Amino acid sequence: MFSALLVMAAIAIALGAVLGFAAIKFHVEGNPLVEKIDAVLPQTQCGQCGYPGCKPYATAIAEGVADINLCPPGGEEGIHKLADLLGVDFKPFGGDTAPKPKAVAFIDENNCIGCTLCIQACPVDAIVGAAKQMHTIIAAECTGCELCVAPCPVDCIDMVAIEENISNWKWKYPVYPLRPAA
Amino acid sequence: MRSLFKFHGGIHPATNKAQSNHKPIAQAALPSRLVIPLHQHVGNSAKPIVKAGQHVLKGQIIGAPEGHVSSAVHAPTSGLIAAIDMQPVAHPSGIPDLCITLIPDGHDEWSAREPCADWKALSHTDLRHRLRDAGVVGLGGAVFPSDMKLYSHKHQIKTLVLNGAECEPYITCDDLLMRERAAEILQGAEIMRALLYAEEVLIGIEDNKPEAIAAMRSAVLEGRHERMEVISVPTVYPGGGAKQLIRVLTGIEVAAGVRSTNLGVQCFNVGTAYSTWRAIRHGEALISRIVTVTGHVGQPQNFEALIGTPMDELVAQAGPLPDTRGYIMGGPMMGIRLPSAEVGVIKATNCLIAMSDSLFPPALPALPCIRCTRCVDVCPAELQPQELFWFAQSKNLLKAQEYHLFDCIECGACSYVCPSNIPLVEYYRFAKSEIWAQETSKKAADAARERHEYRELRIEREKQEKADKLAAKEKAALEAKALKSAAPLPPAVEGANVSLCDAPVDADPENTMQLKIQAAIDHAKQQAAVSKPENTEHLTPQQQAEIATIEARRARIRELALSSADEHTKE
Ligand code: SF4
Ligand code: SF4
Ligand code: SF4
Ligand code: SF4
Repeated sequence: MFSALLVMAAIAIALGAVLGFAAIKFHVEGNPLVEKIDAVLPQTQCGQCGYPGCKPYATAIAEGVADINLCPPGGEEGIHKLADLLGVDFKPFGGDTAPKPKAVAFIDENNCIGCTLCIQACPVDAIVGAAKQMHTIIAAECTGCELCVAPCPVDCIDMVAIEENISNWKWKYPVYPLRPAA
Repeated sequence: MRSLFKFHGGIHPATNKAQSNHKPIAQAALPSRLVIPLHQHVGNSAKPIVKAGQHVLKGQIIGAPEGHVSSAVHAPTSGLIAAIDMQPVAHPSGIPDLCITLIPDGHDEWSAREPCADWKALSHTDLRHRLRDAGVVGLGGAVFPSDMKLYSHKHQIKTLVLNGAECEPYITCDDLLMRERAAEILQGAEIMRALLYAEEVLIGIEDNKPEAIAAMRSAVLEGRHERMEVISVPTVYPGGGAKQLIRVLTGIEVAAGVRSTNLGVQCFNVGTAYSTWRAIRHGEALISRIVTVTGHVGQPQNFEALIGTPMDELVAQAGPLPDTRGYIMGGPMMGIRLPSAEVGVIKATNCLIAMSDSLFPPALPALPCIRCTRCVDVCPAELQPQELFWFAQSKNLLKAQEYHLFDCIECGACSYVCPSNIPLVEYYRFAKSEIWAQETSKKAADAARERHEYRELRIEREKQEKADKLAAKEKAALEAKALKSAAPLPPAVEGANVSLCDAPVDADPENTMQLKIQAAIDHAKQQAAVSKPENTEHLTPQQQAEIATIEARRARIRELALSSADEHTKE
């Protein structure tokens, strides 16, 4: 009886040691769920979700304090992806949140005074310029977050919607009526 | 007799070639205008290098290739550039694209050509450059720039396959080209063979084109082409697909995601070989192509049409009939519905089919899939079309990819046999473009994440550096203080700040910063006071108003500068 107890205790201690070792050895930095959520967010870094960027929003979702339907640039597609990832039901945009068509910022170069305020606002360094020099936007890197629009003292930044063209055009989902049963 | 191989599946739709293949190729009349899209090929759009109102000569480059994969666009005849703007183009979307509109002057005057009697004397790089500048692209429908396909590291390509199968119903442009211009096609093939270092040339032609086969065979004999063979292949759709033809001729199975060039085979359309010859030998750019005009027209025929010829002007020469419902560019299986009849002929336009209700009855409503697997039996890519349909319909794109959606060549054989009339290919096209779009946005998101993270890192680093500097300064100040209290003479010299704003020697760094800014502002004020505006008398009201707005803007900027300076001092 006593020896059985000892053996069990010994096994428990050994397994515990293995587990403890594994926990240290295979320790994962950060929260993997946050990374996964962040991977499906559009990375616009616009803060329209109410969080200071995509990663903070991802963290909030992972902690269960934020809903999945708060990111306008992600569109319904994005909500679907989040729902799939988290195994929860799709939830449409609510209240005044609505999906946003993709746009890029455009600086009216005649009015730019070179104040560098927009550069400081841009989360992805998509604006080039220097103090008292005209600034311009690298359209390919601009995520369309609109964060540069408000700080501009002379209101020379406009958001230009990206129109459908030959290269970004997509085949539509075929809609065919089913023949009504005779 | 060569033993041929078979590919999986295939169908036998009515060929409908007899209507248009009994008449020789006609020269299409010079149209009233030419609408030439700048994006007719795979890769980057060509860049317009002419201006509206400019006179151009036939064969002159009007769109220069841009970037690695691109091709030149030329003036198909001499005339005036009327406009460079967005026009409807031959694309299923119906979205306009950048086009050059040319009004022919009727002289058809060539620009200086650079013919070459002995192409063997040219370097391979030179040959490829000439092809790129001549705008030669694949004319079988893929319109991939040919120079990009004519690379070979010595002896890697063993076989050059020339595709003259022309398996799609209605189309006869390659048939007629082979009948009438066989010798030139073969000369072009010789150039391609040299560029690829290929050993043999196999020319595959479906056995429903005996005249073309005979013409090509006698041209091989007359031209004394060695290791070049014209092979009659069985007529089965889609036997003209590159993978399928390679399989039939060589027995090589080009697996999913593998390029045929890795297996030692490169494939070109016969029309491309012809254009290659014209470009190298005669210095003629690709400014025209053979187009089959057929279907619901009075006199179906093949025309040599200039690129940019409006489709309706071309159809007008084949006897248009009433109750035409629309036009298909390409064949009935893989072609696209044209958004408008006025779009210009492009390099990919092999065939133009006028549609009528009797020839193309409206599609029957689709029924649910009954999983009869007839589509599986005919799929040349050995896919499971009914599964692909299921996944595409439910937008399960990941699964569709797992089932090799991207191996589908969109041949339409599955839709052709489907007893439920399901437009299967449309679902595949939808799924493919959806996946591409998602991939693009994923790439963009990844790039944005990386840039954002780098920015955060940079800001963090700058903050750290600033803090370090500050700490160092503070330490220096403290030491100086300690020194001063220890030995009051001589007074310590404390950096450049002293001279600038006469700050007390023991100012702490925060304070010096503030004083510095104050000094800068004072300086600016002095400057502003000194520079009085001149010529302020005799101003028109308009000028005055302008000055007022500018002054207002200045005031605002000054305000902002002050407030941001305040912020700085608070920091
Ligand atoms: S709204 Fe979307 S894109 Fe904008 S910061 Fe939040 S998660 Fe990122
Ligand atoms: S340029 Fe403006 S809109 Fe574009 S990413 Fe930067 S801050 Fe956002
Ligand atoms: S042929 Fe049509 S009905 Fe039959 S399995 Fe294929 S998709 Fe379904
Ligand atoms: S369209 Fe695609 S799935 Fe259908 S038969 Fe052709 S290759 Fe197979």
